[in-house]
Amino acid sequence: MTAVAVERLWRRRLERRKALARLFVAACQAATLLGLVFLAILLVDVARDGAGYLRPELVTNFPSRFPQQAGYASALVGTLYVTGLMGLVAFPLGVAAAVYLEEYAPPGRLARLLEVNIANLAAVPSVLYGLLGLGLFVEGLRMGKSVLAGALTLALLVLPLTILSSREAIRAVPFSVREAAYALGATRWQVVRHHVLPYAAPGILTGTILSLSRAVGETAPLIMLGALQYVPFLPRGAWDYFTVLPIQIFNYVSLPNPEFHRLAAAGILLLLAVLLALNGTAIWLRNRTRIRW
Amino acid sequence: MDAAVEARLRPEVVHRGVAPGAPVLRMEDLRVWYGAQPALRGVTLDIPERRITAVIGPSGCGKSTLVRAINRMNELIPGVRTEGRVLFRGQDLYGEGVDPVEVRLRIGMVFQKPNPFPKSVYENVAFGLRLHRRLSRRELDERVERALRQAALWDEVKDDLHRKSGLELSGGQQQRLCIARALAVEPEVLLLDEPCSALDPISTARIEALMEELKRDYTLVIVTHNMQQAARVSDFTAFLLDGELVEFGPTEEVFTRPRDRRTEDYITGRFG
Repeated sequence: MTAVAVERLWRRRLERRKALARLFVAACQAATLLGLVFLAILLVDVARDGAGYLRPELVTNFPSRFPQQAGYASALVGTLYVTGLMGLVAFPLGVAAAVYLEEYAPPGRLARLLEVNIANLAAVPSVLYGLLGLGLFVEGLRMGKSVLAGALTLALLVLPLTILSSREAIRAVPFSVREAAYALGATRWQVVRHHVLPYAAPGILTGTILSLSRAVGETAPLIMLGALQYVPFLPRGAWDYFTVLPIQIFNYVSLPNPEFHRLAAAGILLLLAVLLALNGTAIWLRNRTRIRW
Repeated sequence: MDAAVEARLRPEVVHRGVAPGAPVLRMEDLRVWYGAQPALRGVTLDIPERRITAVIGPSGCGKSTLVRAINRMNELIPGVRTEGRVLFRGQDLYGEGVDPVEVRLRIGMVFQKPNPFPKSVYENVAFGLRLHRRLSRRELDERVERALRQAALWDEVKDDLHRKSGLELSGGQQQRLCIARALAVEPEVLLLDEPCSALDPISTARIEALMEELKRDYTLVIVTHNMQQAARVSDFTAFLLDGELVEFGPTEEVFTRPRDRRTEDYITGRFG
C-alpha cells in the first residue's frame, strides 16, 4: 500500500472513531434526559391535579370526610416529628458505629463480616423493617402505634445508610492527617475527637440528612406498624398516635371521590417540598463546610 | 537580634550532659515485616546526638521504614511486625510498658508530603502543646511564636495567625509549619522523611538552612533520595539497600571514600 493510501485509510477510520464517540455521548445524554423527562411529566401531571388544593388549608386542616375541608396538618406534623426523632436515634448510633468500624475495629474476619452485613441490611426491603418494628416496638416493648415506635422502626431502616455514609465521610479524611496527629503524641481518641470527627462532620451530616430523607417517603413499614390513617389531632408527645404524609396520601388516593385524588396530588407536592427542603439543606451544608485537602 | 530575645528562643531541651556526636539512638538488629514481606533485615546503627544523619538508598530499600520504626509509627499500619531493639538514651522503645504516645512526644516527625491540619496556623502549632499540658493563653502564645520562629516561618504568618488556614500556605510554608508543629512539643529527636521531595529548589534551600540551625539543639535524622542533599546537609550518612545497612559513617567519608562497592555504585549513579 502506498503512503497516500495508508494516510487515506487512517483518515477514514479517524472519522469513524469520532462518529462513535459522538454516538456514545449522545446515548449518555439521552439516558440522563430520560430520567429528567419522566420526572418533569410526573411533576407537571401532579401539579395540574393538585394545584387547586395548594392553599393554606392544605397544611392547617385535619383529615375530613369532605375533601374541601380535608388537609394534611396531622400528617405533616407527624412526618416532621417522626423524622426528627428518627434522626436523634439514627445519627449518634450511625456515627458511633462508623467511628468504631473505621478507627477501632481490628481488621480481619469479624470486621469484614460486620461490613458485609451492614451493606446487606441497607438492601433489606423496608416492609421487613415494618414487621420487625411491629413485633419489637409496638407489641414486644408495648409502645403501641406511637410516634416513638414509628421513629425507632424508621431509625433501624436508615441506620445502615447512616453508617455507610458516615464511614464514607470518615474515610475521606486523609491518613496523612491522622499520622500528623499521632506523630505529635496524640492518643487514638484524641485523633478521633480533634481531627477525624471535625473534618468528617460535614460529610457525616450531609449523608445523615440524605438517609433521613429516604425514610420520609417510606410508607410500607409504617403501614405494617399500623400507623393510623385518620388522625384528627397533632401528636403532642412521643407516645401519641400519628400518621405521616405518605400514608395520608395513600389513604386519599384509595378513596372513590375524585376530589380526594386532587387532594392527594397536592399532598404529593407537599411531600416533595419537604424532601426538597431536606436535600437542599444537605447540599447547602456540604458546599459551605467542605474541606478541600 | 539582641541576646535576650536570642535566649528566649532557645528551646528548653534537656541534653542530660551528652556531648554532641555521642549516640543518642541505637538500633540493634532491627527487623520489620509488612505481612510476610521483610522491609528491614536486621539493621544495627547508632544515631549521634545533635548531628544530622542522612539515610539514603534506592526506592523501597527501607529508608522510611527505618525512621518510622524509631517513633513507632509503623504500628499504625496493619500487618506490620517489628523485632529487635531501638534504644533511646539506653531505654528500649519497644520494651514492655513503653507507651508509643510518649515515644512520639519525645521523637518528632515531619512527613514527605506536608500535612497541615485544616485549622489556623496558630491551631496547627498549638495542637501538640494542648495535647500534653495545660498552658495559659500567654504561655501558649509564646510557645507558638517560638516554634514558628525556629521554623523560620514567623515573619510570613504573624499577621494572619488565626485567620489563615494551614492549607492556604504554599507548599514550602506548609512544610515549615509542619516543622514548627513538631518543634512546639520540644522533642529531642526530629525525624524528617523526605521533607523536601514535594518542594521547589528555593523552599528546599530554606529547609536545609533551617536544619543547619536546628542541629544545635536537636538530633536530626533525614531520609532523602537526593544524594546532593545528603552530601550538603548531613554529618553522617547511612546507606540502605534491600533492607540492609550497607554502610554508615561520616558523610564525607561515605561520599568520597566508600568502603563498599555497592555504596560507590549508588552514589555515582550507576543504579537506583
